[in-house]
Amino acid sequence: MNQKALITIAGVVVGALAIALVKLGNPANMGICIACFLRDISGGLGLHRANVVQYIRPEILGLVIGAFATSLFAKDFRARGGSSTLTRFILAFFAMFGMLVFLGCPLRMILRLAAGDMNALVGLAGLIAGVAIGIAFLNKGFTLGRAVAQNKSNGYIFPAIIVTLLILLLAKPAFIFFSEQGPGSMHAAVGVSLAAGLIFGVLAQRTRLCLVGGFRDFFMFRDNYLLYGFIAIFLVAMAGNLALGSFKLGFEDQPIAHSDGLWNFLGMTLAGFTALLLGGCPLRQLVSASEGNTDSAITVIGLIVGAAFAHNFGLAASPKGVPAAGQWVVVIGLVVALLVAMFNSRIVSAQQGVVTSGRN
Amino acid sequence: MGEIKDARGLLCPEPVLITKREMDRTGSGTLQVLVDNAAARENIIRLAKSQKWSVSFEQDGEEFLLTLNK
Repeated sequence: MNQKALITIAGVVVGALAIALVKLGNPANMGICIACFLRDISGGLGLHRANVVQYIRPEILGLVIGAFATSLFAKDFRARGGSSTLTRFILAFFAMFGMLVFLGCPLRMILRLAAGDMNALVGLAGLIAGVAIGIAFLNKGFTLGRAVAQNKSNGYIFPAIIVTLLILLLAKPAFIFFSEQGPGSMHAAVGVSLAAGLIFGVLAQRTRLCLVGGFRDFFMFRDNYLLYGFIAIFLVAMAGNLALGSFKLGFEDQPIAHSDGLWNFLGMTLAGFTALLLGGCPLRQLVSASEGNTDSAITVIGLIVGAAFAHNFGLAASPKGVPAAGQWVVVIGLVVALLVAMFNSRIVSAQQGVVTSGRN
Repeated sequence: MGEIKDARGLLCPEPVLITKREMDRTGSGTLQVLVDNAAARENIIRLAKSQKWSVSFEQDGEEFLLTLNK
């Protein structure tokens, strides 16, 4: 099938799933949100004790299992790692602060926009600004270096962790936290969420869906392939919201959102910049981790740990606004990302490796 | 036939960027890039087509050797 047709269909399906999941119990405009759901998992494991956002989100588990199985089937599974692993952890750690100040990952930003939440438009501008800053460094030779082939068992660890989480979700031992109120308590039935995640995982693995990558490829190469997926998600989700009466245009009183424009912008600038440096948004990192990339697995763990810190130290935003400490951490995150970008940029010619000369 | 650009172990967009720089540098001729993941392979194929280079690849184990011509 034509690649653009496939990613457009994937976008249509993901947009429809997102709307359906909200209808079936997920929080508003949060049919699927990678950052929010990793934050909930962080809470479900007790890494933070914000009792309104604790749940082992089956969508994430399904997504990973679906992407993992598809990568095995398509022979895309590669155990790889060793590309500036700790740097990736730190970038992901701060990326999560940016997303929890905005209140959503790039995917939820699109879903919020599709419900008329204009704060997400401010976030989108911030995300594009972050991507643009990152591209400037890419053009200056920014790289986190090569990953190398690892023993296959390395690649199986992340999916194994996810299967363990699935067992914990189903067994519900006492040490796993499940919110009884707030967004964490709002969810579709486990089987429905899991199935939706599985479908999403298969599609995301096949199409490499990534919003940050979409803007990056468009600005750098005039390649609009990945953007097709997001335009489809946006249009289908908007149609769904209009049909169900959940479309409300404006800035104020949007579900699980605040209207502090500066921090909506800067939060997503941080998210876009760090995701650009990491080679993809949280969704892409999850899929890549499922395909055996252990650097991406560490990135996902960095996101989960970032969420734990954000809630343990009261840094995350809420519909009431962004705490002052959370604002500081976004600024610190931007400085850290700038430092990482500067230290890892090299002269263009020194970056290009050469395997052999005159082969053939 | 010149050197083979090694883009193994790199996540996108770096393999595409390396290819694009080489395309811009040489303008035409034959160009080979070695990658080790399908996403990089597909992205380079899309780049090649958009820049009107013909492209083919051969797989060797977990790696793909792309050959571009213009």
